[in-house]
Amino acid sequence: MNVSTGMTHRTTVQEGKYLAAFDSFQRNGAVGDPEWIHQLREAAIARFNVLGFPVARRGNEEWKYTDIRPIAATNFQPATGSAQLTLPPPDVDRLTFGNPGWSRIVFVDGVYSQELSALTSLPAGVSVVSLAQALVTHGDMIKQHMARYAPYESEAFTALNTAFAHDGALVQIADGAIAEEPVHLLFLTTGRQQDTVTYPRVLILTGKDSKATVIESYGSLDEGRYFTNAVTEVRMGSGSVLNYYKVQRQSQQAFHVSNTNVSNASGASFNSVNLDLGGGLVRNNLNVLMGEEGCSCVLNGLYLLNGTQHVDNQVIIDHTSSYTTASELYKGILDGKSHSVFHGSIIVRKGIQKVNANQVDKNLLLSDQAEADTKPAFWIYSDDVKCGHGAACGQMDENALFYLKSRGMDDKLARRVLTRAFATQVIDSIGNGAFRAAVGQIVENKLEEWLEAGESR
Amino acid sequence: MLEVIDLHASIGDVPILKGVNLRVNAGEVHAIMGPNGSGKSTLAYVLAGHPSYKATSGRALFEGQNLLAMLPENRARAGLFLSFQHPVEVPGVRFDEFMRAGFNALRKSRGVPEMGVLDFNKHLASKLGIVGMDATFTRRYVNEGFSGGEKKRGEILQMAILDPKLAILDETDSGLDVDALREVAQGINKLRRADNAILLVTHYQRILSYVTPDVVHVLIGGRIVKSGGKEMALEIETEGYDKYEDMAKALRAGA
Amino acid sequence: MSTGNRAVKELASQSYQYGWVTPIESDTAPRGLNEDTIRWISAKKNEPEFLLEWRLKAYRHFMTLLQKEQLPEWANVHYPSIDFQDIIYYSAPKTKEKLNSLEEVDPELLKTYEKLGIPLGEQKRLAGVAVDAIFDSVSIATTFKEELAKYGVIFGSFSEAVQNHPELVEKYLGSVVPYTDNFYAALNAAVFSDGSFCYVPKGVRCPFELTTYFRINAQSTGQFERTLIVADEGSYVSYLEGCSAPMRDENQLHAAVVELVTLDNAEIKYSTIQNWYPGDEEGKGGIYNFVTKRGKCAGANSKISWTQVETGAAITWKYPSVILQGDNSVGEFYSVALTKGYQQADTGSKMTHMGKNTRSTIIAKTISAGHGNGTYRGLVKVMPKATNSWNFTQCDSLLLSNSCGAHTTPYVEVRNNSSHLEHEAFTSRVSEEQLFYCNQRGISLEEAHRLIINGFCKEVFKQLPFEFAVEATRLLEANLEGTVG
Repeated sequence: MNVSTGMTHRTTVQEGKYLAAFDSFQRNGAVGDPEWIHQLREAAIARFNVLGFPVARRGNEEWKYTDIRPIAATNFQPATGSAQLTLPPPDVDRLTFGNPGWSRIVFVDGVYSQELSALTSLPAGVSVVSLAQALVTHGDMIKQHMARYAPYESEAFTALNTAFAHDGALVQIADGAIAEEPVHLLFLTTGRQQDTVTYPRVLILTGKDSKATVIESYGSLDEGRYFTNAVTEVRMGSGSVLNYYKVQRQSQQAFHVSNTNVSNASGASFNSVNLDLGGGLVRNNLNVLMGEEGCSCVLNGLYLLNGTQHVDNQVIIDHTSSYTTASELYKGILDGKSHSVFHGSIIVRKGIQKVNANQVDKNLLLSDQAEADTKPAFWIYSDDVKCGHGAACGQMDENALFYLKSRGMDDKLARRVLTRAFATQVIDSIGNGAFRAAVGQIVENKLEEWLEAGESR
Repeated sequence: MLEVIDLHASIGDVPILKGVNLRVNAGEVHAIMGPNGSGKSTLAYVLAGHPSYKATSGRALFEGQNLLAMLPENRARAGLFLSFQHPVEVPGVRFDEFMRAGFNALRKSRGVPEMGVLDFNKHLASKLGIVGMDATFTRRYVNEGFSGGEKKRGEILQMAILDPKLAILDETDSGLDVDALREVAQGINKLRRADNAILLVTHYQRILSYVTPDVVHVLIGGRIVKSGGKEMALEIETEGYDKYEDMAKALRAGA
Repeated sequence: MSTGNRAVKELASQSYQYGWVTPIESDTAPRGLNEDTIRWISAKKNEPEFLLEWRLKAYRHFMTLLQKEQLPEWANVHYPSIDFQDIIYYSAPKTKEKLNSLEEVDPELLKTYEKLGIPLGEQKRLAGVAVDAIFDSVSIATTFKEELAKYGVIFGSFSEAVQNHPELVEKYLGSVVPYTDNFYAALNAAVFSDGSFCYVPKGVRCPFELTTYFRINAQSTGQFERTLIVADEGSYVSYLEGCSAPMRDENQLHAAVVELVTLDNAEIKYSTIQNWYPGDEEGKGGIYNFVTKRGKCAGANSKISWTQVETGAAITWKYPSVILQGDNSVGEFYSVALTKGYQQADTGSKMTHMGKNTRSTIIAKTISAGHGNGTYRGLVKVMPKATNSWNFTQCDSLLLSNSCGAHTTPYVEVRNNSSHLEHEAFTSRVSEEQLFYCNQRGISLEEAHRLIINGFCKEVFKQLPFEFAVEATRLLEANLEGTVG
């Protein structure tokens, strides 16, 4: 550990604690795991040791607007599983978006819970198992994919997750399987232990010409402070379609860092909607490699922030193949003293032709103390491309507000209608009707709650 | 004026035209009709020299010159004009500026001195009436923000300025309401002379009610399956292309 | 071969028209940088104490940055590290101590400017345009001085202003770009040699276009000029700068600073046509153009408008910016940046909204050809008190070869919810359909490219004073010759 620089932040960074925790994890936890993953973890922790947390405030472009010193300075302890937890039906209903009938795999404080999971009636051709179990039974297959799409060499949080990678979900969609109903990966943090850290790890493999919907959600039972450091790797099969919905609704004190790395395939479509409806300090890295001809992606996102919430979405779409198409729409509604960051990069590599890419970030600021920072960037090294981007920040359109009022709506209702309308475009991009309706309702309730609170302010 | 002999053409590796024969004389208006995907627009583009459309065999002679060996701009300079089905936007370039560049390029190629800005603008203004445009139109950027009708009227105005020997009008009636159609058609009729010729490429006979053709050709499956008089267009309007589709099948079977 | 490939050939060795050297004797500072260099320059210019002190502070700050290796690294440009001890920081043509009239200027110099199309002599000078001619490190002549003086407009070399109006210099120097601003601003503050100074008094609408023409001539020298323009209440001035340099194998450093200040209801329109030597077709030689330009709308209802046409320099690194401090003030930035050969340009603008109802517009057009790399980098920052502020940004790129690059990195930071910001960008090449459409009207490929590129730049060119718009168009076309067509 470099302590000689004398920079003040170094004194409070807790990287050393992770090294100690790692020793104990390698010795005591996961002893039955295959040898290759022990080696992978060793390599990853060594890398983390070199990289450290990206806390520098100068020349640290990727973290320009997000200061993660609160994460780096907290002494998080590995969570000990609460696998025996049982949940009353209203909680199950809430956590499953009102669809307890969907197949789900549930993790409580990072550990697979058979009791809370429902995996007996998975759609045909869809397999969902706990990663910890699969490491024992399908170790060789997992070895082909794990850490191949998520670069622990260059990203500190990915390195840390990889070092502690043990439990999580393995989702496989068979060639040609068409699954209409979503499968739900639910990571539940009880918040009952203070300052714990979990390392969810997900691997999704879609077969050739398959189609499936995966919801990856992060939920919370209590308003505790904890740190979730998640990594998801997706390898698309050629011609497949994956609708991937990530929903983060953790506690307002929670730290959430996620890295989702997608390797797209020829003719395949990766469609994601990223919903940030909770969390205290949140950073989502979504990296999509457009590595084969004819692949496409649609990456949408919605973040609803109030209080002192801080949400940072970094999305990188890397076009390394020709005839690839990407479109990206992120929208944010900000209230209170919240702070949003959007940092999109579209890269078109040298010699790559016929690329179509579009990127938009729009923010609606409901409060005069909220801050939105946005940076939609292009890095284009080729000529046969069509790329567009846009960003907009502002408050509610006064004309629209007036128009609604002139039709008899009161101020509160008109504001709610327009705020909800702002979110509609993203919500409507959710393909599954039941899930779309559930998200719409959550958003609506949240906005109503804010507006009520705003009135009493 | 135009002679097309056993012309074959493809887009990429896909053959579209499979042996087109056509002869257009000065003073004539020919209509090429056919259903979607029959190769009508391909014929127009190949004759005008669009780089994505490749003539693979056969010949096309324009006033005795080998059209297929010429660069697109040289075809234009030789007097061939294409009215585009979807006129292209050229942001930042004003219509008058654009037209002057084309007009003077044509003059230069013919050894006629180029026309100065003022004279050209007068010349342009004198042609506006043909399609019922006012002068503000010429100061707008080429096709940017034009309505469908404005685009097509703009094409005919360009035709009036460049005064081609042969004008190929590709689906000029598409996207036009009846008023705009009448205006465009009247413009075309005003430009019709004994020393020029028009090739109308169209799916429907609508425009032919206003611009009467001398010859109608039905193009299906990349071949002209039948040629006849103007009454053939009306017949297609009521009966559709079924009869000709059968003819095309028979032709294919024969080949 | 597709139309595009047929049209967009690799850049042939496009000749640079301003690449000759004027044979003239020079008075130069010893090579290298130390406190003595600073004192030498200051003494040479007979500067008051405050200025020497300021230079020395800047020098010490620069050395600290250099030692800490805090060079600007964020820009998307690549070049070998510069040896700051291997530069000559001052070079001036040897002339008489004091020139009393234009007749005393070395005829070689007058010839130089005439060749550049900027005649300085009474008979030939451009009507309606007052010119300050800067050769290497000093101003050699200013035209229309007396006429301007009638209006109370002070226009001339910076050195002269230091002698004649030290109070104005002391008041405004470093008030917009302090020497601590950045690495090159610190270097400039320490060693700046000359530049232009302009003060427009209250209520005066300057009757001439003011122009400064910068010419680097001597070898191994850096050019570090400093320009300061102050528009007092209710005044207006339009200012234009042009520049060129000989062709040399070495890279020469140009690190200028420009400060603009507008008081209540004042307006400055600042235009640049930048044509430094860009290096040869293999990327050898050329000017490093590392420039800090910033304006401060200090007064209410004031306006600062930057227009730049950047076609030269091996590397360009500049972000003409506006601090919108006064309520209702307006900032504008219009830019065309062309990179070809192995040129690199990282340019854009920063608009900092501080006052109420402040408005800003950014229109940036990047054209990349050959192996050129153009980056737009911009920041729109809305501070909490800037209620009802407004920004529109458009940054478009046009790609003319498959080995060039075009990048856009816009930053938007909003801390006020009554503000409205919009950002649009589009990157594409000249489309085959556009080219074919033009061809079909008899227009050749080269002419079609010319039309389309000029159309792409039109919004920016129309901001330039008429005669300079013509010059900019001509320059752009000359630069693109051989690149397309």
